[in-house]
Amino acid sequence: MADTKARVARPLSPHIQIYRFMLTYVMSGVHRVTGAALYFGIVLVVWWLMAAVSGPNAYAKVQWFMGTHIGRLVVLGFTWGLIHHTLGGIRHLIWDTTHGFGPNEREWLARATIAGSISLTLIVWIVGYLVMGGAE
Amino acid sequence: MDPTHATMKTPLGRARGLGAARAGTETFWHQRLTSVAGVPLTIAFIVIVIALLGRNHAAAVQILGSPLVAILMLLFIINTVYHMCIGMQEIIVDYVHDEMWKYLALMANTFFGFAVALTSTYAILKLSFGV
Repeated sequence: MADTKARVARPLSPHIQIYRFMLTYVMSGVHRVTGAALYFGIVLVVWWLMAAVSGPNAYAKVQWFMGTHIGRLVVLGFTWGLIHHTLGGIRHLIWDTTHGFGPNEREWLARATIAGSISLTLIVWIVGYLVMGGAE
Repeated sequence: MDPTHATMKTPLGRARGLGAARAGTETFWHQRLTSVAGVPLTIAFIVIVIALLGRNHAAAVQILGSPLVAILMLLFIINTVYHMCIGMQEIIVDYVHDEMWKYLALMANTFFGFAVALTSTYAILKLSFGV
């Protein structure tokens, strides 16, 4: 018990809550979170492919789910996550060339990634709805 | 002679070799490799999904089973699974410090990756060959 108390009393290294808000560290976290979400989200792709193999009934079920509000929301989240993680990845690849580390550059890259992921998601969905309208 | 000292190489020389041969930082390198490949493959995947929106089962099967689409889908799935398993491994070793849970999580990660990759590959090939 005395040991435990002594351990608690030790100084701890500061964690993110003591630092001033920075867009770049939030983006670092978002990159990891979107990656982890997509890791589990790929199950939807597997479900979709297996439904296509299984037959018209199974495929209709997938299409029904993607048509519900929750389904649409999940697919919207998947689309944004995929695009955001891809753009975030390109940002990392730019850093791998040793460029883009300056205070203005890294801030600009973070903002461009957010603006890019939101606008590209919108474009993909607008095109998607146009295609769906044409196919029906 | 001690077998660990049976070489003329210094420890620094050995470490250097690992870095320069792209073998000592294999995971890091493979994550870059799959991220570069992932950019065009992700675009291809999104285009394929859009092309299939609103189509019925017969049309979807025909498109998914066509050679170019099937090959792009296979590349996308294999590349993505490899990339995401490296990423999840990174997350696991960052947050899971208990040895037992860490190894269980790493095993689950590998099993999940193989399950996703092989199920998808099976589906795409079955659609392509129509058996």
